[in-house]
Amino acid sequence: MAYAASDRSQGPEAEGANPVTKQDISARLAELLAEQQESLGGAWVEAVARTLRGRISLAELDRELRELYAALIQGLRGDGLDWQGDAYAELRALLAELSRARARQGFTPTETATSVLAAKDVLAPADDTPAEDIRSYLQLSKLIDALGLFTLEVYAKTREEVISAQAEQLMELSTPVVKLWEGVVAVPLVGTLDSARTQVVMEKLLQALVDTGSDQAIIDITGVPAVDTEVAQHLLKTVVAARLMGADCIISGIRPQIAQTIVALGIQFGDIVTKSSLADALKHALRQNGADITRSGGTA
Amino acid sequence: MNTSPVVPDAEHETVPIATNDDVVRARQLVRTLAQRCKLSLVDQTKLVTAASELARNTLVYGGGGVMRAGLVRRDGRAGVTAVFEDSGPGIPDVEQALTDGWTSGGGLGLGLSGARRLVDDFVLDTEPGSGTQVAVTKWAR
Amino acid sequence: MSERVPVLKIGDVLLVSIQVELEDQVVLELQDDLASRIVESGATGVIIDITAVEIVDSFVGRMLATTASISRLLDAQTVVVGMRPAVAITLVELGLSLGGVRTALTLEKGLEILARRGNAGPAGR
Repeated sequence: MAYAASDRSQGPEAEGANPVTKQDISARLAELLAEQQESLGGAWVEAVARTLRGRISLAELDRELRELYAALIQGLRGDGLDWQGDAYAELRALLAELSRARARQGFTPTETATSVLAAKDVLAPADDTPAEDIRSYLQLSKLIDALGLFTLEVYAKTREEVISAQAEQLMELSTPVVKLWEGVVAVPLVGTLDSARTQVVMEKLLQALVDTGSDQAIIDITGVPAVDTEVAQHLLKTVVAARLMGADCIISGIRPQIAQTIVALGIQFGDIVTKSSLADALKHALRQNGADITRSGGTA
Repeated sequence: MNTSPVVPDAEHETVPIATNDDVVRARQLVRTLAQRCKLSLVDQTKLVTAASELARNTLVYGGGGVMRAGLVRRDGRAGVTAVFEDSGPGIPDVEQALTDGWTSGGGLGLGLSGARRLVDDFVLDTEPGSGTQVAVTKWAR
Repeated sequence: MSERVPVLKIGDVLLVSIQVELEDQVVLELQDDLASRIVESGATGVIIDITAVEIVDSFVGRMLATTASISRLLDAQTVVVGMRPAVAITLVELGLSLGGVRTALTLEKGLEILARRGNAGPAGR
């Protein structure tokens, strides 16, 4: 028996002349809901279907809401009005699932919350409802509000996850490492480079060297509007790391403004090979590879 | 410099650092923790390398000591903390010790300064004559 | 308790493939072993394969650089092969650029470098 749990949510309206306990209320609610499961459940589905305007199949909605309905009765019976209790675990799981699905399918927060809150209208007392049942309804209404908020919270969290996953995908997409030729990989960078993205590029490029067995790497920054000290440092580190692995790294497409910045910032590019275009860089890389094959005298 | 000690949470483990073998063991423990914390491969490598440098410092310059390491959490982020402690001679000039290339023991002088660059948080607490404590943390990205 | 890293000889090349967790003492022994084996065998090249090595700290980094310098004095070239990307990034961050150490992506490419050097004949350095 979850007496203590239901006691906690004791509201002021329960202190009237009629000594009805929370226990009685939830038991009565469970009874009422179970009695009219078929008709009330149907009305709920209908109410929600109107708000979603056919963007979800009626059959699916019917299944979702009837499961929720059944889980609500189960919760009321087990844990009274304490929606955080164990008996409500299934209801919470179902709500979270519904909320996540709605967030992914692009439903608005209002539409999502309405799926739950519409139950209040459906269950609202009629004119001839006895006073005791109205009291019970008020408690139920509070409970449904809490469940609606819970749904919204899951919704917001899911959206956040979607956004961060998209940001990650964007980062992946915006830094493609491509194999240009046997032994030559390149990463054409487009857009603003920040420290985090440059680091991702660096790791992907170096891994590509291993995966493709290439010993020439080209970083093309034609599409990069500006570089700051930190980004320039990351590029330099990439070149040095590639060398440590036994590969050569060429930076191509340095625009005049960027060249000026690099000089003004006092960043030493040292003996790093730079080329004005990706084509020149590829030519250089191929010559490096070709020379390696045909040269008869080593200079090591 | 922030000198407040960083203490790992309840599940921390302690490894004595008295021999070269212990340096390897300290490294392995940190690697296990870094994997459990799901650090990226690069971050794992950076942290384990830093731990290797610091464990060797503890052994060579501190005359031995201990490493305590464990998983930590801050603002919802998970991380790995390792604390190296010795009761050796301490570091008289911290600024100097954190400079690249400075060494008192015939190394490359990259131990402390290099380790600092490899981690996210680095807290050095030392007093001449009463030992050195270095706490490092790497947070999952 | 520490086991030595085996040094294999293939033709004119000494091959070291590091497969164990490197303890400092083992690193120092390897450095000594290599120096004496180069003299003994008259090898012209040394390949150190670190494909399996998960971390290279300043101690191991110094061993690689020192070995390269020693072998150069003994007229042999050292090539370090198979460094993992994460290891390379960490070394750069650590401030260790291993100047003077030849590197190659794979064992095969390392052997190519040594073969080219061999072809240069006595005139090549």
